Amino acid sequence: MEILREIAESLGRGEDRRVAELARAALAVGTTPKEVLDRGLILGMADVGERFRRHEIFLPDVLLAAKAMTAGVEVVKPLLAGEAARARGTVVIGTIQGDLHDIGKNLVGIMLKGAGFDVIDLGNDVAPERFVEAAEREGAGVVGMSALLTTTMPGMAKVVDLLGRRGLAGKVRTIVGGAPVSAEFAREIGADAHGYDAANAVERVAELVGAV
Amino acid sequence: MRAVLRLDLAEAEPDPRAVLERLGIGRDREPTATVSGLLSKAVDLLRRHAQPAGVVEQIARQEFEAVYAGEGKNLSPAPLDAVLPRADRLALFAATLGEDVSLEIAALFGTDDFALGYVLDAAASSAAEGLSRILARRYLSALIARGEVPADRRALDYSPGYCGWDLTGQRRLFARLVPGEAGIVLNESCLMRPLKSVSGVIAVGPEGIHRLEPVYACCATCGERSCRDRAAAAVAPGEDWEDEHGNPSGDRGEPRKG
Repeated sequence: MEILREIAESLGRGEDRRVAELARAALAVGTTPKEVLDRGLILGMADVGERFRRHEIFLPDVLLAAKAMTAGVEVVKPLLAGEAARARGTVVIGTIQGDLHDIGKNLVGIMLKGAGFDVIDLGNDVAPERFVEAAEREGAGVVGMSALLTTTMPGMAKVVDLLGRRGLAGKVRTIVGGAPVSAEFAREIGADAHGYDAANAVERVAELVGAV
Repeated sequence: MRAVLRLDLAEAEPDPRAVLERLGIGRDREPTATVSGLLSKAVDLLRRHAQPAGVVEQIARQEFEAVYAGEGKNLSPAPLDAVLPRADRLALFAATLGEDVSLEIAALFGTDDFALGYVLDAAASSAAEGLSRILARRYLSALIARGEVPADRRALDYSPGYCGWDLTGQRRLFARLVPGEAGIVLNESCLMRPLKSVSGVIAVGPEGIHRLEPVYACCATCGERSCRDRAAAAVAPGEDWEDEHGNPSGDRGEPRKG
């Protein structure tokens, strides 16, 4: 259907208002919300992901597309029923206590939303206890922690430890990232995954949720 | 010798290619038209919001070694171990783009303008790094103008968190430099505020002292390879803070005797 192709293409260009308009127009002519989602928005985002992997477009382009995706989803989500309306999972994210850098964490949050996850963003300078409390309260499947300072990285270990003490290990999975954070560090502290950049973090979260 | 300097962003305006690299767009790739447009907007915003300032204070080698020792967590051997014995002069420094840039980045993310916020963040980080080069050039020029070092000397900045100098070294550096005059403070995690700030030591000496082979353990995990080639030459006499003691261009800084 032409209008669904237009939605996908507009999404690829990061035209958030246009995507919302087209989604409304598609619904007005009888296209089902599920079709708009699957054959317009998700198809468009999948193409964006593929072009990103081929280095034809770059992270700022993906961020614009993710914003357009969110604009489209907001149009159709209230009309979706049952399984289709359900998010892929809930992820609690934040920058670890003592650190105020939040760009990387913000990028991960935007891209997780674009990928269909519900995101609870606790902001920056987040105490370990707050990660755990939010995960319990929101029924999150994943906690994502970011750090740009080596001095704050031990806070990530505290979150992993606290989740274990509360019997949540294995139920709430953990992913860590940030410039000084390595896969080796993730293993050392018992985190379930390490994301080396925002796109990789989304892939790893998807794997974690699939594994829960 | 100490100076508190208000700096001109025009000197520190980021190299577009350096910003693109921060965005993951290598020199062998061309940005999309969208990214180029965002970069242009980001640089405009940077010009509007940056209020660059810096502090430089000369320090004797022995005293610097106590600062550098920090909390005993430095890598050993580290590049500075080789640089320090051959340096003619050392100066602690801190510089910032000011708080407004960070507020603008946060505002862009707060209004869902993620892409522009992200590009502005990268441009600001690149510009902040440029501030250390400016201070290095100014300091070197001042030394040459005073006849303290020969004109063929080069200056290079080294910072805690890099080159094996543990981030906790910031604590002693800030205790000694006290860069509050430039509006820069340190929190318990060794994080500088405003966020777009840089600090460290400027080492002045023969060009060769900065040409270190990347043989240190820290080099294995560091992607920066231009460090060996970016030692700053002096600026022309008259562009450093030294001339401000008596000339009318006093708005470049407020030098005071250390």
